[in-house]
Formats: sequence, structure tokens, C-alpha cells
Amino acid sequence: MANKSVLGLFVDENVVGDTLSSLRKSGYKDNELEVMTGSPYPEGTFGEAEPHHKLFRYPIFGAVIGFTVALIITVGTQLAYPLVTGGKPILSIPPMLVIFYEMTLLFSVIVTILGALFESRLPRIFMGAYDERIMTEGYIGLVVTVSESRIKKAEDTLKKFGAESTKRGWE
Amino acid sequence: MQEHTQLSDKEITDDLLSPVIRSPKWFWMTIGSLGLIMLLGLSGYVWELYSGLGVTNVKRPVYWGAYITNFVFWIGISHAGIMVSAILRLTQAEWRRSITRAAEVLTLFSLIAALSNILFHVGRPWRIYWITPLPPVVIGYDFARGIWPNIRSPFVWDPVAVGTYLLSTILFIYTCLLPDIALVRDKVKSKIPKIIYSVLALGFRGTPRQWKIQATAPILLSALVLPIFVSVHSIVSWDFAVSIAVEGWHSTIFAPYFIIGAIHSGVSAVACLMAGLLWLYKLDKYIKPDHFDAIGRLLVIVATIWLFTLFLEWIFALYPLEDPEIALRNMQVFQSPWNYLFILFLFTAYIIPVSAWLFKNIRRSAKWMFFTTILVNVGMWLERFLIIIPGLSRRTELSFNWGSYSPSLVEMGLVAFTFAFVICGILVFARIFPIIPPFDVKEGMRFRHIIKIGKRNISAVVRE
Repeated sequence: MANKSVLGLFVDENVVGDTLSSLRKSGYKDNELEVMTGSPYPEGTFGEAEPHHKLFRYPIFGAVIGFTVALIITVGTQLAYPLVTGGKPILSIPPMLVIFYEMTLLFSVIVTILGALFESRLPRIFMGAYDERIMTEGYIGLVVTVSESRIKKAEDTLKKFGAESTKRGWE
Repeated sequence: MQEHTQLSDKEITDDLLSPVIRSPKWFWMTIGSLGLIMLLGLSGYVWELYSGLGVTNVKRPVYWGAYITNFVFWIGISHAGIMVSAILRLTQAEWRRSITRAAEVLTLFSLIAALSNILFHVGRPWRIYWITPLPPVVIGYDFARGIWPNIRSPFVWDPVAVGTYLLSTILFIYTCLLPDIALVRDKVKSKIPKIIYSVLALGFRGTPRQWKIQATAPILLSALVLPIFVSVHSIVSWDFAVSIAVEGWHSTIFAPYFIIGAIHSGVSAVACLMAGLLWLYKLDKYIKPDHFDAIGRLLVIVATIWLFTLFLEWIFALYPLEDPEIALRNMQVFQSPWNYLFILFLFTAYIIPVSAWLFKNIRRSAKWMFFTTILVNVGMWLERFLIIIPGLSRRTELSFNWGSYSPSLVEMGLVAFTFAFVICGILVFARIFPIIPPFDVKEGMRFRHIIKIGKRNISAVVRE
């Protein structure tokens, strides 16, 4: 059965924290609960589960790819057209180092960006339960994603804790 | 930072998105005027394409003129933008929040302006792709002969470095822009812009995971972009320094000298841009005298280090007592018109602005910072001109082979084009995306408090 989501909009950080704890006590798991804010809050403000990521590994992968690409370009192109210029050897190390350096950094940046998107779980095609006021007016959104049979109870809990409005969506 | 204005999330959104939601009154008129300058410049370029490089004044022995001067100038400007942003992000300086985006955008447009100068300068720009190592199957008959770029040439290092820098800058800006694109997506009402912003925002919703990555990625990227920034201007300096035939160019200190010069002109350009944005968009709640004060103090240090490297460059050139080198320096300082330009350069790049920045009232004044930083950039443009032209004009000992140079109308038009392009690019960017990142300012507000110490209320910032 497809999961459904319900979003509750809150104004106060403390209320969101209390609602989240109460939902957990009622049996909702961490992966069923998600907070959305229009700007960054310090980690754990709402008592939410700490997100883990591996973004620090991506630049190293990128660097290895970039170095390899640079090696192929510099060695491959020079061997493919072995013309001696300026009395320098065909595979002259100092200029190759310049290309190695740039390509290593370029691919590190590219792979880090791709990693940042992947770790952010982007791109996301459908927004699910979402409200524009989260970004524009500073509301805090609390989304509960559960099976259809439990969605009504989740919505009631959000309302009970003072959600200014609720909105349903699907995942 | 001593000053503090507490604002709600909604106020910040409304303030910073107002130029995006509706054009300010002056906007289209300014864009029109800049467009006219660009059109005039480009018409000169069309003539140059039709007639050849003869319409410029570059000729034997001065083969590099205003275009290459302008290229080095804009590469220099592009440096400080990303440097300021990266260093402030890495050190998590609180005052970064209002200026990082503008600095990054300045980098982007000045890099494009720099690259456009290469297109203007080369004889056959339609073959500019020869610099890329694309295989014959992609390029077609041009490379069917099996010719590849010569990586031993600094003119191949240059596009590799500048290309890396440009691509990294675009990706860096886009990553940091995602939350603000999402904000604009949610704020705009018109259907087509909403669709475009929705696609660009990639479905960003502001979950804790996404904010954590937003906090981490720019720091990682800053650490990666800083070494690129150092390499780019080093490589640009090697375009000159690895040549052994030109007096005044073959210097081992050129890389650090160019880098510090780039930081001097670039940080000045950032301050100039901030003052311009403050005036145009009435951003006085976000760009404060404290920002200018901090940049002014930084500039005094940077400018003085730059002056020291300039001094070293001269000392290293003169100490061996080689006649051609002494003759060149003699020409730069004592012979007209170079002597006038040299004096103007020293006064505008260092003496006037740095003397002014020693006064706190001037450092804290947007108006004064605007004018003094413009002076710096006049001086730094002249510095590049004085490095390139006199060196080339007497590159041989035989006096019949000497020459001089002054830019033609076409060259001046295209130099004006680059300035208009950069200003226009930044204004158009600020019309499409917030030029001050609202999410960053909102986060900053959350950490700011007024604490009472005795009878004083002090603005304090809490950091995680």
C-alpha cells in the first residue's frame, strides 16, 4: 500500500520538539517523521534524528578520477602527436603537473557537487506534503509519512499539538 | 560586529526578494544604457571579425595590448570574489552572510568578461576550440590530422585553469543558491517563472539533511576552490614569466605578485560592489558600516603586502644591473607617457586609497569606500598595462625594432563592453536570484542576541 503524508505547520520550535517526542512515544519511527524549515536551525533543535552523510569522501573519489583523466589527456595527446617543441621531452613532467593539478581539483569539485545533491536526496520530482509558507514565512513543517490506515491518527496528533494547519500529500 | 537589527523571517524574505519579485524603477533604464555600451563594443568586434586584427593597434613588436591587459585585470577581479567568500565561509565569519553571494557572482561575471577578451584577441576565434583536447570524431576534419594541444605551452595551461575556475565557480554558486531558488519558487505567483524556479530548485524542501549538506558542502567546496584560485592567477602570471625574451616579464616573483595584486583589486571590487548594491537596493539593514570597516582594514593589509611584492619585483629586476632591464625600468618611470601612467598608477592603486582607509570614518562610509575602491581598480588596470606594454615595446636591443602602443577605438569599445557586461550581469542576476542569501541571513538572526553588560547593550553572536 502506498504511503501517505500529512504535514503540520507550526510557529514555535519548542512545540515542534514536543510534538515530535509525543509522536515517537506513540510508536512512530524516525524514518516516518521529517521536519522542514525555511532556514537552517542548529542540529537537534527539534529532537529530530541526526542526519548522517558521507560527503567528505566525495572529493577524494573526484580527485582520483580527475588525476586519471589528466594522465590520459596529457600522456595520450602527447604520444598521439609526438612533436618536440622548445627542446623539451615529449612527456615533460612540469607542464603535466599543471594539468594534473587543475583536473584533480576540477573533478573533486564536480564529484563533491554530485555528492551534495545525492546526500541531500535531490533532485526530488514530487514535493509530497509541503507548504510554501515554510520557506516564505518561517513556518516549521512537521511531516508524518505512514500507511493510509494510520494517517488520520497522525493528523489528529498534529492538530492536538497546535498545528496551525495540516495538509495531506503522498510519497 | 557591533551593530544589530533584529528582523523576522518574513521581513527578511520580503526585503531580499523585493528586487526579484518586481523590477526597481531604475532597472530597465540602466540595463538599456549598459546594453547600448555593449552593443557599441560588439559592433567594433564585428568590424574586427570582418577586417581582422588590423583594426586594433597591436602590431610589431607590441602584440599584446588592451585585450590582454583587460584579461589579466578581470581574472584578478574574479579572484577576490571567490576568495573572500571561501575564506569567510571556512572561518565561519559572521559578517560573511550579506556579502558572500555578491562576491561569488562578481567572480562569475568577471571570469566570463576575462574569457571574452581572449576571443577578442585571437585572430580566428571560430577556431578557439582547438585548445580543447577533443578527438577527431567530435571535432571533425580540423583534428583529422591528429594534432593535439601542446600541453607544454602556458597557453594551454591557461584555458585549463580558467575553465576549471569558471566551472567550479558556477557549480559553487548553484549549490549555495539552491535554498534561495526554493524560496523564490515558493514566493513567485506567475506560472512560467514558478515552473522554471521549481526545476532549478530540484525539489529542495529544507529538511535537516538538506540543511546539513548546505552547511557542509560550501565549506568543502571553499577548501577546493581556494587552491584553484591560487593556481589560476599563478598560471596567468606564467603566461608572462616563462617567457625569457621579454624584459620585465621573466620574474620568479610574478606568481605571488599577481595573486596579491588580484586580491587587492578583487577585494576592492567586492567593496565597490557592496556599496553599489547598498545604494541601489537600499540594503542598509543588511550591509552595515561594520562590513566596510572590516573590508577596509583587510584592504590596508592586502595593499601593503602588494606594495611590498611590487618593491621586491623591482629590486630583483634592478639588482643584477643588466642594461636592458634597467633601460626598461627607466622608460617605465622617467619617459613619457609611461611616467605619467606610472605616477597615476602608484597614487590610485596605493597612496590615495590606503591613506584614506587609515581613517575610520572613511572606512565606515559606503560612499567613500565606493570611490576609493574604484581608484584602486583604475590603478590596478594601469599596473597590468604597465607590465605588458613597455616590456613588449622594446623587447629587442635593436632600436629600429622598437615600437609603442595606444589602444584603438575598437579596443577601447571592447574594454568598455566588458565593464558594462559585468555590471549588467550582476544586475540581471540580482533581478533573477536574491543577491543576499535570505536563508543565511535568517540563520544569522537566530544566533544573534543583545546581551546586557552593566549599562551597555552589546550585540553578541552565538556559534554552534
